[in-house]
Amino acid sequence: MRISKAWLIASRDFKIFRRQKNILISIIVFPVIISVLFPAILEFTQLRNSGGLAAPGVLPNLLNSFSFFFVIGAAYIPLGIASYSIVGEKVEKSLEPLLATPLTDGEILLGKAISAVLPTLVAMYVASIVFTIGIDATTIGRLGYNYFPNWNFGVLLLIVVPVAVVMSVLYSVIVSSRANDVRSASSYGIFILFPLLAIYILSEVSIISLDINGFLIIAGILSAVDVALYFVSRSAFQREEILTKWK
Amino acid sequence: MIQLIETENLTKKFGDLTAVENVTLRVNDGEVFGFLGPNGAGKTTTIRMLCCLISKTSGSATIGGYEIGNKEGSLKIRKMIGLVPDNVGLSENLTAYDNLDFYAKIYDRSETQRKESIKRFLEMLGLWEKRNDLAGTFSKGMKQKLAIARALIHDPQVLFLDEPTANLDPESAKTVREFILELKKQKKTIFLNTHNLDEAQRICDTIGILNTKLRVTGTPQDLEQEVKGKKTIVSLEQVNEKILSALKKLSLKNLTSEGNKVTFDVSDPDKENWGAVEAMVLAGGHVNTVNVVGSSLEDVYLKLVREST
Repeated sequence: MRISKAWLIASRDFKIFRRQKNILISIIVFPVIISVLFPAILEFTQLRNSGGLAAPGVLPNLLNSFSFFFVIGAAYIPLGIASYSIVGEKVEKSLEPLLATPLTDGEILLGKAISAVLPTLVAMYVASIVFTIGIDATTIGRLGYNYFPNWNFGVLLLIVVPVAVVMSVLYSVIVSSRANDVRSASSYGIFILFPLLAIYILSEVSIISLDINGFLIIAGILSAVDVALYFVSRSAFQREEILTKWK
Repeated sequence: MIQLIETENLTKKFGDLTAVENVTLRVNDGEVFGFLGPNGAGKTTTIRMLCCLISKTSGSATIGGYEIGNKEGSLKIRKMIGLVPDNVGLSENLTAYDNLDFYAKIYDRSETQRKESIKRFLEMLGLWEKRNDLAGTFSKGMKQKLAIARALIHDPQVLFLDEPTANLDPESAKTVREFILELKKQKKTIFLNTHNLDEAQRICDTIGILNTKLRVTGTPQDLEQEVKGKKTIVSLEQVNEKILSALKKLSLKNLTSEGNKVTFDVSDPDKENWGAVEAMVLAGGHVNTVNVVGSSLEDVYLKLVREST
C-alpha cells in the first residue's frame, strides 16, 4: 500500500470537489449550524428568561448533548462526499481506466476515504473552535467558568468523531456499490445516522451518559462497526466486482 | 518477431454464461491487431481480462511475458499497458490538462516529463488550446482523443482500444482513425476492438473475428482471400444454352443465370474468371462486364458470425 498513490487520488478528488457546489455546501452547512446555532439558541434563551435551558444546573448536560452533534455531523458530512466520489466516478465511467493503472484496489479505496475523511475532520474541528468560543461567551456569565474545552469534548473530538467519520465513509462505499446515482446513494446513506440519533435520544432520557466513559464506550462500539464495515467495503471495492457487479 | 500478447484457450464464464471461450491468439510487437465481432461477442471481456481488470476462468495469457491472473504479474502488466475503454471515462470536472497530469503522476512521471508529454499529445490531437477547459465541455470526438492521450501518457508498450470510433461523427472518427494510423507508424502495439470492418481493414495488420470463440485470424488480405471472388457476376449481351453448357463443363460452383447475367462461385477469381470468360466468348457470347461481388472482409465476417449463431 503506497500512501503517496492514495494521496494522489485524494488530491484529484479535492480538485473536483472545489467545482462541486453541492459538496462544498454539504461540508460547510452542518458545521456552521452546530457552531453558530447552538450558542445563538443559548443566548436567545438567556435573554428571554433566567431559568429553563440556561439554568446553571442544567447547562453542563445540555452542552454535552450539543457537543454530540459533532459526532452526528461527522457521520453526515462524508455521506455526500464519499457518495459523489464513488458514484460520481461510476456515472462518469471513469473507474475503469483508473482500475487499469498499476494502482491497487486498496490504494484507490484509501484515496477515496481520505478525500471524504479529511474535509470532514477539518470542517468539524474548525467548527469546534467556533462552537467553543461561542458557547463559552454565552455561558460564562451563568457558569462562572469556560465550560469548553474540557476532557469530555476532547475525547469526543479526537476519538469518537474520527471513528464516526470512518464508519460513514466505509458505509458509503458499500452503499455506492449498489446505487445508480449520487442522490440515491446519499439517501440510503442516511440510515447510518439512525444509531447515532438513537444514542442521542437515549442520552436525553438519561439511559446513556455522555461523559468520558460514555464516549469511550461509544467509540469502542463504533470502532468494532468500522472493522466490520472495512471488510465488507474491501470485498465490495474490488476490480472485478466494480466492473461486473456494481449497478 | 517478439510476441507481446499471447493467449492460450483463454476462457471467461459469468455463471452459466460463457462470454469468451478458448481464445488462442498471438500479437507481435509493433502489430495492430483488430478484434472484430458483433455486440456481446466477448471483445470487451477479452480486453478486460488482458488488462487484468477481471479474472479468467481458464486458459492462460501473457502480456510482455507476464502472466495475467497473478497479483505481481497483473501489476507489471498494468504498468506496460494503456486502455481506452468503450466509455471514455474522463473526469468531467477536471480540465483536459489535469486529466492527463493525474494519470502521468500515477505512472511516476517527473514534472518535466509530464509537461512535455501532455503538451506533445494535446498538440498532436489539436487540443492544446483547450487544455484548461473542463473535459465535460468537450465534444464526443474531443473526449475520445483525450482518452487516447490519457492512455498513451506513460508511453505504454501495448495500447488497448475498445471501440474507439463508436458513436463518433464521421469527421471525429476520421481524426481518431488517423491518430491510430500515426501510432501504427510509430510501431506501437495496438489491440483494437471494433465492429467497423472498413476501419479494421484500413488500420490492422492482423484481424481476429470473435463470436465467443475466435473464429479466424489472419491478415486482412488472408481473410479476403478466403471469400474474395467467390461470387462472380458476368453480364452478357445474351445468355443462351450454348454458353451455359460451356460454363457447366468448367465445373463452376453455384452456377446460375438470370436475364443477361450469369453468376458463379470461384475460389481464385483472378485465375478462374479468365477461363470462364474465355469459355463464354468461344461459345459465342458477348461479355459486357465481369464483377467480383462484395467487400470480402464483410463477407467473411458475416459468414463466420452467422455460422456461429
